[in-house]
Amino acid sequence: MMTIALYLAFLCYGAALLMNIWVVARAEGVGDRVLALDTMVINAIALMILYGILHTTPVYFEVAMLFAMVGFISTVAYCRFMLRGNIIE
Amino acid sequence: MSILGEIIVSILLLAAGFFGLVGSYGLIKLDQPMTRLHAPTKATTLGVGSVLIASMLYFLFFAEGITFHELMISLFLFVTAPVVAHFIAKAQLHRNWKPGDLPAPGGRAKSWSVYDQADEPAADDTARDPAKPGE
Repeated sequence: MMTIALYLAFLCYGAALLMNIWVVARAEGVGDRVLALDTMVINAIALMILYGILHTTPVYFEVAMLFAMVGFISTVAYCRFMLRGNIIE
Repeated sequence: MSILGEIIVSILLLAAGFFGLVGSYGLIKLDQPMTRLHAPTKATTLGVGSVLIASMLYFLFFAEGITFHELMISLFLFVTAPVVAHFIAKAQLHRNWKPGDLPAPGGRAKSWSVYDQADEPAADDTARDPAKPGE
């Protein structure tokens, strides 16, 4: 039962990533693209942790933590670039 | 005990998949940029939080014991998601909105801080100037 739920969650997050790629490709503004890329980071973190549950290994938590940090910093840096024209003033 | 853990983990995983799908579908479905900001930052954070709780309970019930890495990840995501949403909203105000389209801010500020120029001092600095007490 839990394996079926796990694979359903994989399916949902895979479809969510495909929708995010669609938004990245077809959005009309750069703000939507940044938002879709940030959502992609969060969905990828969920996929990594689901993979860790599937293989019963705690290795992927460090990967997910680093990925969350890199995603946050890149999103904030891009928004800062859109707002001010440079990142570190 | 084992079957109970399996049921709880399964429900959490299904809820997580549902919220992740709803958050990403809302990004396509909603029609304005500011409302589009709403769906991913709430629903996807809730979905990934459910995945992390399911992972904690799975390692508690079926593996060597409870782990606390997930709490760190979920705390980090819950702290950074509003910051990211605020930054994207500011960037969209800066790019797509004119100052006349917005209601005026309260207090002593002249305008929203997004529209301040870099060389001109912000309105808060004069308000807190110690040379003019009582202003």
